[in-house]
Amino acid sequence: MPMNNDTEFRPKIVAFCCNWCSYAGADLAGSSRLAYPADVKIIRVPCSCRVNPMFILRAFEKGADGVIMCGCHPGDCHYTSGNFYARRRMTLLFSMLDYIGVENGRTRVEWVSAAEGVKFSQTMNEFVAKIHSLGKNVRLEDLRCKN
Amino acid sequence: MRRISIEALPNLYGKIAQSMDLILPVKTADQTNFSVWSDGCEVDLQTLKTVKSPKDAFFPQSETLYTVKKENRKLNVQPQALKDQDFVVFGMKACDLQGLAVLDKVFLAEPVDTFYAARREHGVVVTLACREPEESCFCKVFGVDPSQPNGDVATWIVDGYLYWKPITAKGEKLTELAKDLFEDASDDAVKAQQTSIQAIVEKLPYANLSLNGWNGDALDEKFNSKVWEELYKPCLGCGTCTFVCPTCQCYDIKDYDTGHGVVRYRCWDSCMYSDFTMMAHGNNRNSQMQRFRQRFMHKLVYFPANNDGMYSCVGCGRCVEKCPSSLNIVKVIKAFEKKEETV
Amino acid sequence: MQELINRAKQLLSDGTVARVLGWKAGDMTYNPEPAFFDNVKDLEEHFVYNGFCGANLSKYMIEASKLEGKTLVCLKPCDTYSFQQLLKEHRVDREKAYIIGVGCKGKLNIENIRKAGIKGILSVSGAELSDACDQLTITTLYGDKSLPYADAMLERCSVCKGKEHKIYDELLGDSKETKSADRFAEVERIENMSAEEKFAFFQSQLSKCIRCNACRNVCPACSCRKCVFDSTKFDSSQKANADSFEEKMFHIIRAFHVAGRCTDCGECSRVCPQGIPLHLFNRKFIKDINELYGEYQAGADIEAKAPLTSYVFEDVEPSVVAQRSRS
Repeated sequence: MPMNNDTEFRPKIVAFCCNWCSYAGADLAGSSRLAYPADVKIIRVPCSCRVNPMFILRAFEKGADGVIMCGCHPGDCHYTSGNFYARRRMTLLFSMLDYIGVENGRTRVEWVSAAEGVKFSQTMNEFVAKIHSLGKNVRLEDLRCKN
Repeated sequence: MRRISIEALPNLYGKIAQSMDLILPVKTADQTNFSVWSDGCEVDLQTLKTVKSPKDAFFPQSETLYTVKKENRKLNVQPQALKDQDFVVFGMKACDLQGLAVLDKVFLAEPVDTFYAARREHGVVVTLACREPEESCFCKVFGVDPSQPNGDVATWIVDGYLYWKPITAKGEKLTELAKDLFEDASDDAVKAQQTSIQAIVEKLPYANLSLNGWNGDALDEKFNSKVWEELYKPCLGCGTCTFVCPTCQCYDIKDYDTGHGVVRYRCWDSCMYSDFTMMAHGNNRNSQMQRFRQRFMHKLVYFPANNDGMYSCVGCGRCVEKCPSSLNIVKVIKAFEKKEETV
Repeated sequence: MQELINRAKQLLSDGTVARVLGWKAGDMTYNPEPAFFDNVKDLEEHFVYNGFCGANLSKYMIEASKLEGKTLVCLKPCDTYSFQQLLKEHRVDREKAYIIGVGCKGKLNIENIRKAGIKGILSVSGAELSDACDQLTITTLYGDKSLPYADAMLERCSVCKGKEHKIYDELLGDSKETKSADRFAEVERIENMSAEEKFAFFQSQLSKCIRCNACRNVCPACSCRKCVFDSTKFDSSQKANADSFEEKMFHIIRAFHVAGRCTDCGECSRVCPQGIPLHLFNRKFIKDINELYGEYQAGADIEAKAPLTSYVFEDVEPSVVAQRSRS
């Protein structure tokens, strides 16, 4: 069993989850006792469309090593079309981050319904593993927040 | 007078940098600005005017004043240490140095700004004479001679040599540090260059700009003039002129939340910005005309009123070159001159 | 130019317009400034239109739309895209504008002339609208110099969208095609870099940013009454390059905010005192939008649906970024 020590890299991961599907999905993952790393910190938002591009940058600024956004599957949005707008926005934002040299594995969008506890935990396990392989975020960090 | 060949300058930089920070014009991504020398950086002594003035070396655009950290249930306040290491600013022009004299009036007057004072104490200024003044230069108007800079050491580049003349004790000390690199030289070449520079300065288009009527007593008349109403209109309200200016000294103090503490820092402010001098009750300059007027009134009226007639402009011409709307202090002075002719 | 002055005088005199928005001659050939003229005498004495009139006047129409009476505004072909976009966003009033579409032979960047090593510029000839605009003669303190017109042109003119005015009341003056390069070539070059190279490139460019906000203030798409970066309640350094993160955040957010609305007028890059190629941010968004959601040119068509306020069910997933990425 791996021991926690100071030298081990524990990534900080922010997951924006919509209230209606993904947050409920995370709940289901919990109540089904499906494991996913505690490195994932969930922020509940009313809809994936609420996620302003600034939120993503802010998360990185304050020390996140990876940011994932989860919402209802396209077509299932509680507000009919919120996730469609979110999808375009995040595509463009992630593309821009890739363009300025931020590793594209640090950002991800996944659609998780309230019934998909398994998918939620799988996604988070995968994402945490990915961030582990990428290491600390140094390209979008704000040094003032580091020390 | 001593000299060192241009090819040997990297040795001089290396020698100085061994014992202290060396700040000089460096070209990065096609633009030249003052920055700390490092091996392999592209030193650019050809460009007459760096985009930003070297005032950053003494009054940085952004500097931390203190940091507050949360430690358990206590707040730990850590003041920022003052500059305690010597450093050299190489390649400042005569106008930039005059800019420092303006900043001194503000920051070294009581109450003394300790951050600035510490940097002034530890900074060694090596000036460089201007070889090819630009059309936007009007330092002559403010009594600055670009061929005869002062500082701790004055230098001239003539025919492949950098001529080096220590002026103050600080300058002598710096010269001593690198004395093996210099050779003795006569000052004939420098004198010849000075004469030719002075001749060019006379021919500059703004050389004879008149500051008649601009003084500390002109407050009411200039403040209430209708000329501002027209002049400000193209102004975008950006901070370019204030941020490239060697004499603009206004700053703002702000807090930054790091998530586990607070960093209190100060940063340059611009009178062109809507939150300039914002107070609890709001802002006492709420139109762009008022903000625009503030900048020029400060430089040409308020500052001389409080500092024995010294203008807070040195004629470096950076704003002339950089304003996105081609507005600048020269246009302002000329507009008032014209107004007075027509009246 | 005289034709333009005459027409403006006529419209001002007969009361069709209350003022004229154009350019006023500066004290140097190269520094005309945007200006309002409300009388014939000023027009005659100071109005100018030449190769140095690069400023996009459409944004000034936001304020002019609040004034009494019509404003005659001189718009170059690319400026009409910005005006139309502002119209689409209800920021300007079409009824308050009398648009004269002025010809354009490419606009000049004084910085390019300086970069060619030309110092002490006293006057520049060969940049009048009536000239062929292929060679500049520059009188300097250090002798006469000459430079091909195209070498002194703003970058945006070499990737010109075309010399067709998208909205106008009348047209005046000749234009000349200036397009000589592919608009997205530079974006593509960067896309092909490794992540390290991309990062190094933008780091060196953005580290020059002095947060003067000129790019924002000149931008016709940045027409918010109060910018988020000016809010005192918003935890951003606003006017300080306090940390390298700040510049990145500012430029990404600004480009994102105008994504799908930016007409690529190039004003941001023109005004940047540090010569940061800011258009590379905007063009990246435009290129992505074109490739992922179909060709779209902001300001070209007032009825077209904006790409970020519309969607289709089949839109690509954000994972496309990793698939397309070459780094």
